[in-house]
Amino acid sequence: MRTTKQREIAATLEAGIWRRRHVLDLDDFTSEEVELVLETADAMKEVLSREIKKVPTLRGKTVVTLFCEPSTRTRVSFEQAAKNLSADVINLGASGSSVEKGESLIDTARTLQALGADAIVMRHYHAGAPYLMARHTDVSVINGGDGCHAHPTQGLLDLYTVRDHLGTVAGAKVVIIGDITHSRVARSNIWGLSKMGAEVVLSAPPTLLPVGLSIPYFPEIVVEQNLDRAVEGADVIIPLRLQRERQKGGLLPSLREYVQLYQLDAKRLAKAKPNALVLHPGPMNEGVEITREVAHGAQSVIEEQVTNGVAVRMALLYLLLGGAQ
Amino acid sequence: MTALLIAGGRIIDPSQGIDTIGNLLIADGSIARVGRSNDALPYERYSVLHAAGMIVCPGFIDLHCHLREPGFEDKETITTGTRAAARGGFTTVCCMPNTEPPIDTRATLEFIQTKAAAEGAVRVLPIGCITKGRRGTEMVEMGELAEAGVMALSDDGNPVSDSRLMRYALEYSRLFDLVLIDHCEDLSLSEGGVMNEGWVSTRLGLKGIPAAAEENLVYRDIALAEMTGARVHIAHVSTAGSVALIRSAKERGVAVTAEVAPHHLTMTEEWVMGQGWDDKNASPLPLSCYETNAKVNPPLRTARDVEALIIGLKEGVLDAVATDHAPHTDVDKMCEFDIAAFGISGLETALGSLLALVHGGQIDLMTLVSKLTVEPAKIIRKSEIGTLKVGAPGDVTIFDPQAEWTVDPSVFASKGKNTPLAGHRLKGKVMATIFAGELVHKDESVKIEKEGLMVADG
Repeated sequence: MRTTKQREIAATLEAGIWRRRHVLDLDDFTSEEVELVLETADAMKEVLSREIKKVPTLRGKTVVTLFCEPSTRTRVSFEQAAKNLSADVINLGASGSSVEKGESLIDTARTLQALGADAIVMRHYHAGAPYLMARHTDVSVINGGDGCHAHPTQGLLDLYTVRDHLGTVAGAKVVIIGDITHSRVARSNIWGLSKMGAEVVLSAPPTLLPVGLSIPYFPEIVVEQNLDRAVEGADVIIPLRLQRERQKGGLLPSLREYVQLYQLDAKRLAKAKPNALVLHPGPMNEGVEITREVAHGAQSVIEEQVTNGVAVRMALLYLLLGGAQ
Repeated sequence: MTALLIAGGRIIDPSQGIDTIGNLLIADGSIARVGRSNDALPYERYSVLHAAGMIVCPGFIDLHCHLREPGFEDKETITTGTRAAARGGFTTVCCMPNTEPPIDTRATLEFIQTKAAAEGAVRVLPIGCITKGRRGTEMVEMGELAEAGVMALSDDGNPVSDSRLMRYALEYSRLFDLVLIDHCEDLSLSEGGVMNEGWVSTRLGLKGIPAAAEENLVYRDIALAEMTGARVHIAHVSTAGSVALIRSAKERGVAVTAEVAPHHLTMTEEWVMGQGWDDKNASPLPLSCYETNAKVNPPLRTARDVEALIIGLKEGVLDAVATDHAPHTDVDKMCEFDIAAFGISGLETALGSLLALVHGGQIDLMTLVSKLTVEPAKIIRKSEIGTLKVGAPGDVTIFDPQAEWTVDPSVFASKGKNTPLAGHRLKGKVMATIFAGELVHKDESVKIEKEGLMVADG
């Protein structure tokens, strides 16, 4: 039942390209590792196209999702991914678990390990929480988003989606718009896209751009605060969700002005390359960072991202838990 | 009569400009004689501590530490904190009043004084609050606290945010010639921040505390000191901008003094990335990142700030080194970075850290010792300590500037094991600490001969 692709992936694994236990961010991925994930995701997408979307690869493995922050698509996507691979899934949220009772994250990590978890997928409102978890457990930790720090699986599924349409990520001009300061998606995308050879352009008002991005400890990026100029000739445009609290926090004068300056609308999209892709990490504020027209237009691949997310997460679970056997 | 002869060390006493190889005699709790090795000794019986190759200097004075008692005895007590001080070469520690209850009344002050007299290994000089309950709304009864013996006043941990109240407190403090120590932090700029605002905070997705949050209040305090003629002391200066502000104020003759902590002189914001971080372009975060032991307020800043602080210290813009020893339990630190407590346990690593500046040629030994002895003594107007003048209290610190050691928090006397220096090698070690003539700390390698010979000539 193995396809040629799966045999190739197995051979690559044996060659030792994939040795990681955790997926915490994309900064420590080599381009070979990213490529391996994307190729494995291709194979998983094939599984998803079958009538019975289930393979027995991870039978007997237990995946825990620990989501201490509200999330619909990421948690469900991981749950679906794990179930498609026949793993057992335990879903924990902050409410209803001992996290709510003030149990420390370290104790939670040890408890989940003692209960036999093979992987912990976690989302946490504090940046760095998955690193703390990973330091104190032998279980594989997958970061499902930590504070304003990282969201590596979103970064990988964005890479997958871009590659799926353009054939390659290398050389693509990718414009990320909006609240970079508070965006874990933007941070992981900066690492992933640069690693795979894309040109990353950030466009945001100064209050939503973090300091220190221009120093060599980061991948090379371009900042173009004028959105009309930023989108010129773009291959991919990713508007980020604008949290309404940002306006209340004094970072913006009004949503109205943000819309005028930074909304991705049809007119701005027209300045990009003719078939430029529109991605969005979700959930969208239609009418704020993106118009409804663009969000649901011909160039939008936002729904595909969701499907690709399941394939990419299946790939990661397979590589982390099943690959070595 | 009993006496202790510290023989053959290099005696450095900045208060008298002494830097000489010689003998120091302590008798009856006081400095009895400082001099050349061939001086005759007037005592029949004494012990001898051989200090060849070591520095012998006045006991260190720490203007800023947290002994946590009363209220937070799980973090530190007067007993453990003063033992940590002794191990670090400090014979006088000024403890901050952010205890529970805070030191805003005579009763709490006297509790600490009584406890310190009974159990303390070294001298404890408590600092009182500026405002009642550290709430920043009404000033404390300064007269009563002054009479009961506070050394200074501070709401440390918090700034006095209300500028009008700070103005009145400064004016009123002149009645008692008390110095007000301010923790300079514009809370509206620092709110929610957990580390320096800079590339590392961006990298880690953590909320930053900009340098301007400190500098804003440093400038305000200077303006108020200038207006009122009162004395203000800036706690834990951490930015190049603060150094520039204080420098210009001093040039105008404003009564402002300032201190800097060893960690701000020797560490940068990159320490938050953890010991596994590799300083090269676009290098990934190590698993050890989000190092909560490097979380401190004010935060570790940039290399440029460190450089300005060292120059400021050398040139006298910064008057003293103070540890801001802030012990915490493991529970306070073994958690997510955002919710970890601020602070570094600093008493026992201060000297070893600071000597890196001497070994690196950035500051000379005489200057460094002055920042730990005579200079802090001046700020709290205690000219009898921080000196080896004959008749002064027998407070002496002996250290070997060349001895290398590895920091192991598990052997700290402090309850606070929270230091980012764990496992680091430091060059320079406290070999013995003598407080009021009593040996309160001795490295195991130091030998003391009992019953020395009466004539030590030649």
